[in-house]
Amino acid sequence: MTALRMAALVFAAALLQGALARSSGGALGDLVLVAVVAVGLLHGRVAGLLTGTAAGLLQDALGGGTLGLSGLGKCAAGYLAGVAGTQFIVTQWMSRGFLFLGASLLNSACFVGLSVLLGLRRYDNPIVEVVTQAVVNAALGLLLFYVIEFLPTAREQWNAVVERRRKRRYH
Amino acid sequence: MASADAGRRARSLLVAVVLGHVLLISAQVATPGGPSLLRTTVVAVVTEFQEAGWLAAGAIHSVWDAYAALRGVREENARLARENIDLRVQLQQARANAAGADDMRALLGLRPHLPWKTTGADVVAGSLSPDFRAITIDKGFGDGIARDMPVINAAGVLGRVAQPAGNTATVQLIIDRSAAAAVRIDRTRTEGIALGNGDGTLRLEYLSATAEIAEGDTVVTAGIDGVYPPGLGVGRVERVERVGPAYRQVVIRPFADFSRLETVLVLVAPAPVWAPPLSAPEGKVER
Repeated sequence: MTALRMAALVFAAALLQGALARSSGGALGDLVLVAVVAVGLLHGRVAGLLTGTAAGLLQDALGGGTLGLSGLGKCAAGYLAGVAGTQFIVTQWMSRGFLFLGASLLNSACFVGLSVLLGLRRYDNPIVEVVTQAVVNAALGLLLFYVIEFLPTAREQWNAVVERRRKRRYH
Repeated sequence: MASADAGRRARSLLVAVVLGHVLLISAQVATPGGPSLLRTTVVAVVTEFQEAGWLAAGAIHSVWDAYAALRGVREENARLARENIDLRVQLQQARANAAGADDMRALLGLRPHLPWKTTGADVVAGSLSPDFRAITIDKGFGDGIARDMPVINAAGVLGRVAQPAGNTATVQLIIDRSAAAAVRIDRTRTEGIALGNGDGTLRLEYLSATAEIAEGDTVVTAGIDGVYPPGLGVGRVERVERVGPAYRQVVIRPFADFSRLETVLVLVAPAPVWAPPLSAPEGKVER
């Protein structure tokens, strides 16, 4: 069930990324990477590694690029997130932000480095683009965790409201 | 002890996965075709979901539109927009024909101009990664779409079909970092290669050192790369900067607005450049 939920999260992130890119002509952040890091952080390094691999292959297949190019960076990012999640206490927004930032930089370093090494793409000055993407991904990651943590509380509050209404109607 | 074992297993898995990726990438670098079965399967499955999502969003949107606007006006507007696209494509074709008529090859009748056959497609989704500039369209193998077919809109060239699936296809946009097209400056007929910068612009390379080029020049496809037919509008020269004594950096701003792609046209019929030359014997050409 957990594996299904993880796959659904990444798949939903991929579809949302595609929809956003269609309406805005390209997105600054990488929602798929954010989902992969979140999975690694919540479910451990193996989950992060496998989710990253699948998500990366998905992006490569649909982007028309060399298969494995995105997958390598994403599996490394997912694994790193899993290791960080089990070795350190990553519950503060700042530590989470740094983790998303680091994972995004690692992913970009793998992608850009391999692309340049194999002569597949040319980058004149990728630093600004890579850093901007990392910052946006960190912000999206924090937002995602805020939603994940807010959901149970919101559900409890909603249930309490429904219960109160039911009691009032009964009396 | 169990934790140490789990750690070892995870590390072994990491090494195996990384090695798998390296082998996969190496296989594709050695054979540019790559493992197309895996790619085709993934594209076919995912794009079906994308198309379903797009259809659902489109249905909601059209219901809202029906309430908000007059239905007749909306339909007429859509018809006029389609007609406008057709007319602008015909205009591009006429321009290409006119330019070709001035050309010596056309004068000698070596490359007859055939009409372009196009099929319209809706854009279903954008790229799944910010590192790629691609779109998914709702036409695939079933509609006669094949790999490397040029994709255009009323403004000009958009890209080429990178991966067709059953009912959908992935289109690599010309502004992608790994995209390229043979182009020429319309004014001087100077040829070069336009490469995507990844930021919405193109750069012009492999230009002759003595080539005359100025800001504002119109850039059209040259028709020598086997993908794009000649004469399709690509963009306008935005900047020409000298970098060293013999090198110039030329930046092209594409005509097409890649942030608002809704409907595109795929050139499905052989373009003029693919037509076989007439079998006129050398030296016996009628004038």
